[in-house]
Amino acid sequence: MATHPDTRATATPPVLTVEHLTMRFGGLVAVSDLSFQARRGDITALIGPNGAGKTTVFNCITGFYKPTEGMLTLAHADGTTHLLERLPNHEVNRTARVARTFQNIRLFQGMTVLENLLVAQHKPLMRASGYTILGLLGLKGFRDAQDAAIERAKAWLTRIDLMKRADDPAGALPYGAQRRLEIARAMCTDPVLLCLDEPAAGLNPRESAELNGLLRHIRDEHDTSVLLIEHDMSVVMEISDHVVVLDYGQKIADGTPAEVRSDPRVIAAYLGVEDEEVEAVEAEVGISVPHGDDAHTGAPA
Amino acid sequence: MAASQTALPGNAMAGILRDAALYALVTFGLCVPIIAYRTDPGPGTELVLVPRWGLVAALCAAIFVARIVQRLVLLRRDARRALTPSPAQATEAVHGEPDAGQKTSKVGLSLFIAVALTLPMIAALATGGLSSARYWIDLGILILTYVMLGWGLNIVVGLAGLLDLGYVAFYAVGAYSYALLSTTFGLSFWVCLPLAGLFAGLWGMILGFPVLRLRGDYLAIVTLAFGEIIRLVLINWTDVTGGGAGISSIPRATFFGIPFTAGDNGFAATFGIPYDSMHRLVFLYYLILALALITNFVTLRLRRLPIGRAWEALREDEIACRSLGINTTATKLTAFALGAAFGGFAGSFFAVRQGFISPESFNFLESAIILAIVVLGGMGSQVGVAIAAVAMVGGPEMLRNLGFLKAVFGEGFDPNEYRLLLFGLAMVAMMVWRPRGLISVRLPSVSLGERRAVSGAHVSEGHG
Repeated sequence: MATHPDTRATATPPVLTVEHLTMRFGGLVAVSDLSFQARRGDITALIGPNGAGKTTVFNCITGFYKPTEGMLTLAHADGTTHLLERLPNHEVNRTARVARTFQNIRLFQGMTVLENLLVAQHKPLMRASGYTILGLLGLKGFRDAQDAAIERAKAWLTRIDLMKRADDPAGALPYGAQRRLEIARAMCTDPVLLCLDEPAAGLNPRESAELNGLLRHIRDEHDTSVLLIEHDMSVVMEISDHVVVLDYGQKIADGTPAEVRSDPRVIAAYLGVEDEEVEAVEAEVGISVPHGDDAHTGAPA
Repeated sequence: MAASQTALPGNAMAGILRDAALYALVTFGLCVPIIAYRTDPGPGTELVLVPRWGLVAALCAAIFVARIVQRLVLLRRDARRALTPSPAQATEAVHGEPDAGQKTSKVGLSLFIAVALTLPMIAALATGGLSSARYWIDLGILILTYVMLGWGLNIVVGLAGLLDLGYVAFYAVGAYSYALLSTTFGLSFWVCLPLAGLFAGLWGMILGFPVLRLRGDYLAIVTLAFGEIIRLVLINWTDVTGGGAGISSIPRATFFGIPFTAGDNGFAATFGIPYDSMHRLVFLYYLILALALITNFVTLRLRRLPIGRAWEALREDEIACRSLGINTTATKLTAFALGAAFGGFAGSFFAVRQGFISPESFNFLESAIILAIVVLGGMGSQVGVAIAAVAMVGGPEMLRNLGFLKAVFGEGFDPNEYRLLLFGLAMVAMMVWRPRGLISVRLPSVSLGERRAVSGAHVSEGHG
């Protein structure tokens, strides 16, 4: 939406540009002709009711799905661009430097907290170990690189307050700590764009507040922009600079948190409207819902 | 009995007694048709029934007592467990004593290496001469071959979590590589050994490339099929492999070029010691020991390198690996090729030791035994695999020597015939008491403080 005033949009190119993204699974259209931008240095939130297609968008961006149509452009600070839909899955992280977390936490449970953070630094360590051959000989170059990697992991452990548990298996951590560790692990890959899939799910209010602090730190202190899916509005409204709202795979709103909060379409999508008001609201907001009206009316799901 | 110490409430003890009485009753019911009467040949042709009610009573009493003891032991164990929560459920760091598995790991490896290094001497001293120690050294060679194969497969199954049911194929590739290269081109063992590993590794890659996108059961089936294909090719490609007749008169191992013969330029004459046909066997023993230790050293080293951590991460969660920029196909392929290469080294050793190979040596049972060694030892544990190899290969051999069982079961009893039965029982017992293998804990590859083992409850087994 070009209506809201923004000075940064013209100053720096967006870190991620999604154009006409469509994802079909057989006859099911999960995401339909979605276009939005995530600006560099911003926290962009992607919200919408359950089943709106948010995680599908994430999976397209991070290379787990190949989009049916559309273009995903990621721009680095030095001006190089990467077309994410053309990269193999692991190259999205390796060369385009997009990192992600998962809705259901995917840590390496049987490995220690420290090992989790070292696996994330696979690329630089692999290079330092001469693709294993030099490392097998135990050369000094590799040992130095490993020490540097451990120092980096320690810095993140201090940041997420898990230094004391560095040698414990990741699977033994409490839920909130696992969420923080997954974010730290993603950050250890040195990403340009960090995609967080419901980072506040299952956290208590105190942990949510800590998460807000962590995300602000990432945005302000690192050269990393954040794209997040979230249901917890206390997180979304407080920390995001920009909100994109999806419903039934289509974008229904795009703007600052304040704008989105007062958008009638967003309210209709989240809260639903009374049966008799459907026609009126639809006429007012100018949409015709293609998937049948029933799901849109009545109480929220 | 323990009842007085634990001071059980009366109703609990009554329950246990009732339970034990029920067990005794069931035992009695089972005994009546089976044990209570024995048919003996009578004076004529007819059979005579011999009542054995005393034996039945003894059995029932034994079951009764055993059940009471079992219930009391379980009761005390549960009470103890209730007091000490499991570290797996802790939300704070648990700094417990190292458990039995860790202690075994620490002492086990050095003990294993010490015994392995001195086995020929020990055997010679114990049996009074090198020649009489032949059986023990032969057994040592056999066990060490399986230790090496187990360690090789451990990279694929234990570290990378890829279920490979056709590992013996690479063993066969290694064996035939040496056999064919040495009989056709006259290449020496020391040239063929790296080549055999290289060929096996290459076949690992050729197989791995198309199949490593499969997971779990599907990967297992395809590797199983690959193992069979290799065997069938060896049987049917008669021009090259000699078919079912195999390849015989494979050149024997030499001491870096010096043959183990009685002649003037033989090993004994060169070193000025009296000739003994056992020299070759002792040399073979140390050769396989060196090969096995190299396998172990390389594996332990790789575990601490990024590639080893990537293998373990792959076993834990493949999707997370991809999201962290790890090329999972390449990572799986290196694990597969490296495991195959070690299988190839072991194969060429097998060929040089036997002097004769045929496809019969590389059937599915071999793959199954090697896999059983890895699973039994505890996936990913080097010491566990070594112990399991000793148990799996040495155990059945030991059964041949259990003469005292004849005293128990009568003269006609041949323990060797019950080998597989006892073996199966041992496996079932293992699965009940140590379902994750003998050593189920995992030592982290790196740590800030003291290295503490990760409980097997957290470690994933891999999904192919």
